[in-house]
Amino acid sequence: MLGTMYSILSPGGNVQSGARIPSLALDQQLHLYRLMCLNRRVDDQMIRLQRQGRLGFYVGSQGEEAAIIGSAFALEPRDWVVPCYRELGAALVKGFPLIDLFSQFFGNSRDLTKGRQMPNHYANHDLRVTSISSPVGSQIPHAIGLALGARLAGNDDVALVYFGDGATSQGDFHVATNFAGVFKTPTILFCRNNQWAISVPVESQTASRNMAVKATAYGIEGVRVDGNDIFAVYDVTSKAVAKARRGEGPTLIEAVTYRRGGHSTSDDPNSYRDDAEVEPWIERDPILRFRLYLTRQGHWDDDKEQALEDEVRATIRNSLDEAFRSGPPSLDTVFEDVYDEMPWHLREQMESVCTPEEFQTVEQGT
Amino acid sequence: MPSIPMNQAIREALHEEMARDSSIFVLGEDVIAHGGPYAVTRGIAEQFPDRIRQTPISEAAIVGTAVGAALCGLRPVAEIMYVDFITCAMDEVVNQMAKVRYMFGGQTDVPVILRLPSGSARLIAAQHSQSLEAWFMHVPGLQVAVPSTPRDAKGLMKSALRGRDPVMFIEYKRLYSVKGEVPDTEYVIPFGQADVKRQGEDITVVASGPMVGKALEAARILSAEGIELEVIDPRTLVPLDTDTIFSSVEKTNRAIITDEEVRRGGSSAELASRIAEECFDYLDAPVRRVAAADVPMPFSPVLEKLAVPSVEKLLAAARDLVA
Ligand SMILES: Cc1ncc(C[n+]2csc(CCOP(=O)(O)OP(=O)(O)O)c2C)c(N)n1
Ligand SMILES: [Mg+2]
Repeated sequence: MLGTMYSILSPGGNVQSGARIPSLALDQQLHLYRLMCLNRRVDDQMIRLQRQGRLGFYVGSQGEEAAIIGSAFALEPRDWVVPCYRELGAALVKGFPLIDLFSQFFGNSRDLTKGRQMPNHYANHDLRVTSISSPVGSQIPHAIGLALGARLAGNDDVALVYFGDGATSQGDFHVATNFAGVFKTPTILFCRNNQWAISVPVESQTASRNMAVKATAYGIEGVRVDGNDIFAVYDVTSKAVAKARRGEGPTLIEAVTYRRGGHSTSDDPNSYRDDAEVEPWIERDPILRFRLYLTRQGHWDDDKEQALEDEVRATIRNSLDEAFRSGPPSLDTVFEDVYDEMPWHLREQMESVCTPEEFQTVEQGT
Repeated sequence: MPSIPMNQAIREALHEEMARDSSIFVLGEDVIAHGGPYAVTRGIAEQFPDRIRQTPISEAAIVGTAVGAALCGLRPVAEIMYVDFITCAMDEVVNQMAKVRYMFGGQTDVPVILRLPSGSARLIAAQHSQSLEAWFMHVPGLQVAVPSTPRDAKGLMKSALRGRDPVMFIEYKRLYSVKGEVPDTEYVIPFGQADVKRQGEDITVVASGPMVGKALEAARILSAEGIELEVIDPRTLVPLDTDTIFSSVEKTNRAIITDEEVRRGGSSAELASRIAEECFDYLDAPVRRVAAADVPMPFSPVLEKLAVPSVEKLLAAARDLVA
């Protein structure tokens, strides 16, 4: 299942023989560690809220934090992140404020997407985090366009697109990778191979030996990395980003990881996989591995862990309280943004549904 | 008669027909472990292990594979997890499945059934809540079925599985769990036969999918005010039973068309224009349409409520028509 892949830290947090830790200052390392813990805690909290009926739906990333955060951290703020839907950590790296993420999950009046998209489908154009789209794989070609745009504008911005193992079955993956190769775009195609696509295991998704080999057919470089090793992911992605900036073209990165939770809160993985399969991945936990390393280096201890835990919990609590305080979006916004200028037929529909009395009844009804 | 939910009714049709006809096979994403998100294909893998394929994620390949299999005599039933993702397979649907028989001089049929979970439900927004009947109606060669009850769903699925045409089988997600009586004896419901769900003298309401239930509820409310709605469910939009609709309009002289599609260019436009063309002399008032707002489906519950057509909108349209 694991096969050959680039790694730096062993699951026990030791530096593998011959491996070199990428040059990251201690405060950067601790920042990464905090983001991974924050990602995990946000997921836990949201899944709890969903179970309590206070949130409609949620997609968690438990076990995939290193793949997501390590890769996003290799980017500059001006680079584009094109997420799939499981990359909360990349949004956090990009500086997406928690309150904006939470507001999106609840679709309230502070939500940048104006209550229009499902939970987890956030977007922030200013931060260069593009809008998350439900149809699997449809975001991949966007990363070719964004990268091509950078080339045409004469700058060296890169675009990194996330997608799952399941998405490699979609035509969009293949045509996008082909375009990337032909146009030599500064694109990082980042496949989170978490072994599952809802109830379908990766062996039923492709007969290829792995995902990285798929790059070969399109004439681009493919790399396979231990997705639960924060240093290895960061290292591989940094090199791909540097190459892209130099104008030397795209890279397909396969991060080998595991989806520990259900596909989403609507999914019960017990109906199609054995707990025994999950066990080894708990030992391979990316946060634990990083903590063991930091501890061994003398940078971390139980007190620091507790302090971080408390800080992260308080941060989440504060943003949640703030998100809960915001009401629903105003009703007339439902007709905005369909077109640049609202055409007569929508104005007519807006006036017919948004009489002042109806405003009242609808708002009271929720 | 047993009362069962619509997802079970469709499942029964599949199981019964698969037992009867060995050329039927099922394919789609997650159709084995979960029986699809709505458990429609549950049990098929156990019953007919060789006749179901859980596919990699590609709607284009699913529909294309189904077309190919149909060309050599199979009857594929493909599930597209949400109708919204049929977009990924539109070339196969529009340029292939719908036209192959015609383009090749009628040498071969393409009896593919695409099962298409549709409509709003559970707040899943713009890319998981669409109703695309009108797109499919517009393509010559495709039949379009829109069951509103478990009984109709089972009977229509059986007809689909015995016909020779490609069928876009629209399954409203919100109706999957709604129970209704289903005969425990063998029956089929032919395509092109509308069902009068309620008789009334004053207004003909042609309703499809989830709007049938809402129209019946509106009818109950209006009956107390002395307005009697006749609720007609076409059940298949292609072929369309215009006889039943026209004779109702000739009786009531008023018509409302209602469905959950966005209104502009929706199937309601086709129905309204057919009524205007054929029943002009009988109409006492313009034909009305009650459909979804012309916007992508929003997520926020207060916004979704505005976009989806409601009983209140039906009541307002009906009261206005008889005023
Ligand atoms: C075009 C399309 N088909 C089907 C779906 C339903 N669906 C949502 S996520 C998913 C699995 C994706 O798996 P993968 O790409 O491995 O990503 P992961 O969820 O594992 O992160 C499927 C089939 C969809 N959203 N879009
Ligand atoms: Mg996956």
